[in-house]
Amino acid sequence: MSESYILSILAFLPLAGALLLLFMKSENVGLIRFWTLGVALVNFIISLPLLWLFDPANPGMQLQQKYAWISSLGVSYHVGIDGISFWLVLLTTFLSVICILSSWSVDKRVREYMFFFLLLETGMIGALISLDVFLFYIFWEAMLIPMYFLIGVWGGKERIYAAVKFFIFTMVGSLLMLVAIMALYYMNISAGGEATFSILEWYKLPLAPSVQMIMFAAFALAFAIKVPMWPVHTWLPDAHTQAPTAGSVILAGVLLKMGTYGYLRFAMPLFPNAVESAAPFMMTLAVIGIIYGALVAMVQKDVKKLVAYSSVSHLGYVMLGIFALNPQGVVGGIYQSLNHGISTGALFLLVGVIYERRHTRMIEDFGGLSKSMPWYATVFMIVTMSSIGLPGLNGFVGEFLIMLGAFLTSPVAAIFAASGVILAAGYMLWMYRRVFFGECDKEENQNLKDLTKLEWGYLLPMLLFVFWMGIYPGFFTAKMEPTVDAWLQQVEDKRVACSELVDENPIAMFFTEDVSPSE
Amino acid sequence: MTFQMSDLSLIAPHMVVTGTALIVLLVEAFRPGKGRSDATYLSILGLLVAAWLTLRQFGAPATTGFSGMLIADGYAAFFNMVAYVVGILTLLVSDSYFRSEEYEHGEFHALMLMSLVGMMLMSGSNHLMLMFLALETMSISIYAMAGYMRTKEGTESSFKYFLLGGASSAFMLYGIALLYASCGTTSLSGMVEYFSTLPSLGDSPMALAGIALVAAGFCFKIAAFPFHVWTPDVYQGAPTSVTAFMATGVKAAAFAAFFRIFVVAFPIASGAWTSAFWVLAVATMTMGNFAALAQRDVKRMLAYSSIAHAGYLLIGMVTATSEAGTGMLFYLISYVFMNIGAFGIVIMLGKKGEDRTTLEDYAGVGFKKPLLGAALTIFMFSMAGIPPTAGFIGKFLIFKAAVHEGYIWLAVLGVLNSAASVYYYLRVLVYMYFRESESESGDVIRTSPLSILAAAISVIAVLILGIVPGYLVQIAEAATAAF
Repeated sequence: MSESYILSILAFLPLAGALLLLFMKSENVGLIRFWTLGVALVNFIISLPLLWLFDPANPGMQLQQKYAWISSLGVSYHVGIDGISFWLVLLTTFLSVICILSSWSVDKRVREYMFFFLLLETGMIGALISLDVFLFYIFWEAMLIPMYFLIGVWGGKERIYAAVKFFIFTMVGSLLMLVAIMALYYMNISAGGEATFSILEWYKLPLAPSVQMIMFAAFALAFAIKVPMWPVHTWLPDAHTQAPTAGSVILAGVLLKMGTYGYLRFAMPLFPNAVESAAPFMMTLAVIGIIYGALVAMVQKDVKKLVAYSSVSHLGYVMLGIFALNPQGVVGGIYQSLNHGISTGALFLLVGVIYERRHTRMIEDFGGLSKSMPWYATVFMIVTMSSIGLPGLNGFVGEFLIMLGAFLTSPVAAIFAASGVILAAGYMLWMYRRVFFGECDKEENQNLKDLTKLEWGYLLPMLLFVFWMGIYPGFFTAKMEPTVDAWLQQVEDKRVACSELVDENPIAMFFTEDVSPSE
Repeated sequence: MTFQMSDLSLIAPHMVVTGTALIVLLVEAFRPGKGRSDATYLSILGLLVAAWLTLRQFGAPATTGFSGMLIADGYAAFFNMVAYVVGILTLLVSDSYFRSEEYEHGEFHALMLMSLVGMMLMSGSNHLMLMFLALETMSISIYAMAGYMRTKEGTESSFKYFLLGGASSAFMLYGIALLYASCGTTSLSGMVEYFSTLPSLGDSPMALAGIALVAAGFCFKIAAFPFHVWTPDVYQGAPTSVTAFMATGVKAAAFAAFFRIFVVAFPIASGAWTSAFWVLAVATMTMGNFAALAQRDVKRMLAYSSIAHAGYLLIGMVTATSEAGTGMLFYLISYVFMNIGAFGIVIMLGKKGEDRTTLEDYAGVGFKKPLLGAALTIFMFSMAGIPPTAGFIGKFLIFKAAVHEGYIWLAVLGVLNSAASVYYYLRVLVYMYFRESESESGDVIRTSPLSILAAAISVIAVLILGIVPGYLVQIAEAATAAF
């Protein structure tokens, strides 16, 4: 199957492009920009055939490729996609192009900037397509490095603090997950399985519910930090605010989705009984995140920080949906994570547009912008509506499905979450009013240039998806639903199969073996 | 004691290295050379010949010689290779350093080669007496190397290391004496035979005390808590290339003998020593990492970080399975590349008489010297254990072995320590890339083709071992399969 190479090409083409970038003269800024754009664009075009190569009726892994990599450990290079990762891969290739267009104005150390950006794309796609846990972990961690540099070198005033905090927060969670991965590896072997890190094999591993709880805790923490869920979200506002525009877009658009994707691919199907017990807790955290994020967003003075906190709120919906554990909720959760990539990505782009003109993001510095920048105000309004969840735009579909799913599982959670929608309307519209309406009384704001061609160039595709995903969601959900149904079935089957298993002393594995020499 | 000609083939690599040391001394006596690198080329040639001779030992059945004192097996061969790598890389990074300090004497090379012979004998010693002699051969050369430049700090470093090293040797010898008193022999096979007749170790408190004292001696050499206090001062005072040599070579050789002796000879006492090492491992890595967090000087930070690395390696001692041994072997070779590589970069950033090793000296260097910055970045990520580097695979193998034996808490403490260490490794990058360069940092660097070669070899090795580690893992597995 020659088309099965597509996924590997998607993952490594940006890396190759990045390495070639190093041979270009750093003064040759034009070449560097066009080269990077070309690489990202080609990667996006290569990813388009997935639309017809991917068989929506097949709920399993498709376009798989598997080679032995570290054979003595059972590590393999194993990639593939299913309905859960399909759209996320396309979102990544799409947003990468948008981000590079929006980075045209970066003029500090362009070559290094573009190098790290392409590296990031490799990391993101690699993590999304990995079916080997070891391989996934490598990409998952390696993704941190370019993001760390993007924030640290090209970020705002507090960039160093934000970059280090971002790195260390994520690292702590991932390392605990690493220990759990090692433990699972041996559990799989002692359960009679072969030495392998293949997630598809690990799905079959029966584990006692008590053991699952411990393992789930380690995985859930790593992913919760990435999502980020309340209360481990504190790195996000810093990282978002300090990152350069494109960094924020990709952070919101793809990196955060790695957390929710991690739950769907790893934490939940591996430990269904733990998910069953933890679901109320996780849903509670999700609802707290929704309301907390919204309330904190409301009082922000900085537009970018407001959008960052709104991310915490939006990702709360995603988590609520997937922990509802029914088709509506899970499809809604995946849909909402795509939406969030588009809407919040677009919001960050728009904030970047105004920041470039005024070098401030404080709400109080603006007012009456709709007069000086009518087109900008219009686009901003559409994206705001999409973020709030206006019917007909993309945000509505996701939130509606999530509410529906959550209501079936826990009406109380759904009711509280719904209040978040109202709060979202509150903070977004209030911010919009203060920025765009009223008197244009500040002199600097009166003669601002409206959107340029380049800015239209990266905003129009985003708007296209805002409408498309809002008006015709079936095109997108059709590719997810079979996988999600099978996924739910698999989780349920495993839950039933494992519920009777007993491990007398689950805590015992936390202590060293009895090593007394007298035998 | 009988001697057979066949024994000579066991020590052929050792003889080549010793011979090279003597030739270097002779050449130096007749052609004292400033500004030439003859001694360096000659020494590297000798090490390559020795490496070629050692290659034969891979996969060959283990043989002993000199009445069972010396053993040649895959394990010893692996560590001999480590010693050659340490030697060659140290010679390469020393080149520009001693050239700029105007201290290019062949004596340094000879001392280093002799020390390498000690290291090689340590990993092959099957007998406590040979092990002790090898340890002293290794150490005495290093005492001289630490004070080689006759600066105030160097002399202090050398003297401190000598005094404390002497004390630790005394501990170890006393331990060996106690073991001899209880077992009647000091060969590993003899001791394990004696122990197998004992119902439990409680019946021989003298042997237990001996084991503890031997362990203390090793802990000094690997700089484990609480025997680590000498490390920062000695590492900082010594010439940087000697520091690189001490931090890697001594640690690798000491761990080689440590692991072999404890796993082969003292399995009976494993209940006692694993719990002791458990505590030592946690204390060592925690202490090393937290002290490193506070350092503003890169050389001193690397000294403390080497203590932390000893802590991770001690996790392998706790686990003490052949799987853990595989992890330790892989970790040590990775550590050699990333550590000497990092010290090599530290050397390049200095200038004559001034090492320029504070963090401020690194401000903005990353963009001024992109290749140098990229190399140090890769070494820092590797030391922090971030994929795709050798350091990650090394940590992964060690922690994995610990988890396999049920030491989950130990692995958890290990990874939390790694997370803490990320902070200070990243801080170097913060200065290199995120801060604007100060006055003259990174303007002048001292390089030579040889030191660039050392950095290039290290970078490539760290990346290859991180991306395609399979081959080396197999070699390490074969080398430790006997344990």
